Amino acid sequence: MNKGARAGPGWTSGLEVDVFLRVFKPMNKVFTDALSALHDLQDGTTLMLGGFGLCGIPEHCISALVQKDVRNLTCISNNAGVDDFGLGLLLQNRQIRKMIASYVGENAEFERQLLSGELEVELIPQGTLATRCLAAGYGMPAIYTPAGYGTEVAEGKETRVFGDKTYLLETAFDADYALVKAWKGDRLGNLVFRATSRNFNPLMAMAGKITVAEVEELVEPGALDPDHIHVPGIYVHRIFVGTNYEKRIEQRTVRPRS
Amino acid sequence: MLDKNGIARTIARELRDGYYVNLGIGIPTLVANFIPNGMEVQLQSENGLLGMGPFPWEGEEDPDLINAGKQTITTLPGSVFFDSAMSFGMIRAGKVDLTVLGAMEVSQKGDIANWKIPGKMVKGMGGAMDLVASARHIVVAMQHVNKAGESKLLPQCTLPLTGLACVQKVVTELGVFGFDDHGFVLLERAPGVGVEHIKTHTRGFLTAHGSEPEISWP
Repeated sequence: MNKGARAGPGWTSGLEVDVFLRVFKPMNKVFTDALSALHDLQDGTTLMLGGFGLCGIPEHCISALVQKDVRNLTCISNNAGVDDFGLGLLLQNRQIRKMIASYVGENAEFERQLLSGELEVELIPQGTLATRCLAAGYGMPAIYTPAGYGTEVAEGKETRVFGDKTYLLETAFDADYALVKAWKGDRLGNLVFRATSRNFNPLMAMAGKITVAEVEELVEPGALDPDHIHVPGIYVHRIFVGTNYEKRIEQRTVRPRS
Repeated sequence: MLDKNGIARTIARELRDGYYVNLGIGIPTLVANFIPNGMEVQLQSENGLLGMGPFPWEGEEDPDLINAGKQTITTLPGSVFFDSAMSFGMIRAGKVDLTVLGAMEVSQKGDIANWKIPGKMVKGMGGAMDLVASARHIVVAMQHVNKAGESKLLPQCTLPLTGLACVQKVVTELGVFGFDDHGFVLLERAPGVGVEHIKTHTRGFLTAHGSEPEISWP
């Protein structure tokens, strides 16, 4: 297809009308802001949130969840933010019923709610978390991983021996929404990430039933090099531009200039 | 006795030219400071970076560029970014040659516990369970005893496990330990530390003859 090609009458010859509609349905996925993109998100929803620590978290989506005051959420996210930023904001507000994460060491409120039993928590290995997202996005119901064999993570799970190693059967995630943060995107939902803010974002983007992407920059289709797109827009349902990103740094480590 | 840098410097002797290495948080991170001159080693950070560079110059911190300890870092020529599934894909596939991580307890069978103290502390396992299940060489860097003065080298771990029979070497302030069918084997003593002192502070079964050399660095 030429770069400048557009869907037009010439394209339909020989195609059934419903195929035409499916192939050429409107592709504008752009919403004005986080609140409008999350308009139908309800209490009791299971959602995935991208990010590693505070790096690459969907800041504006999280703010909108606080504003909407949706409750009883199940959140799948590698970390739980810090006390006053990221998912910590939802924890402070008691909006999360269950948390599925791999590491929560930076959040005192999380640890308090966990030890007191207010918050249901499932801690799982980070690679298992990533791969359960990947499985969902690749249409695979489950995967085998050796991580956690012989530990309490393996309790109640099916195991199988391949070669000389025992693996656990881990199922794909089934999340209603995936909320992700990308660097750039276009109205078709194609996404590009930057540096280590990529982390879980593309995987979750591919795993959500409804994927909402917030981007720093919304560009015209064609502006992103097709070779450089990390997530094809087919996985992304809604996209909006986030402004004034705070991008808080958790551990500022530097080499002092002498 | 070794200080933290001494432990890191001792572990750095495990590095080989061309190794891909994952360093955990704490003492393991310090190993990066002792990569021998002329040796090419690539550091893998499981949040999605291969070829991790040093901390940025003051004022050049990039919030989009951190390591697995959430510290601001830099890239090097040839660095690569990838997503978390690929990151653990390369770990699971055995591409990472050496993993260095901290521990709360190590058993004489090589079991490791480092993620949870029931009822007290729950931080989570992060990537540790994936790393110990798949890395080719696993070295633990830790203090020999806990804050109460009790041995962290035990017959059996008392805390929830991170991985089963996976540790190949332990380096503490007292020495370097390997494993055989019976339990821990003292390989080297820290400078100025006698075998009796090491035996007294090790609860797991320990083979030590007294002829083990003191640790020396190239």
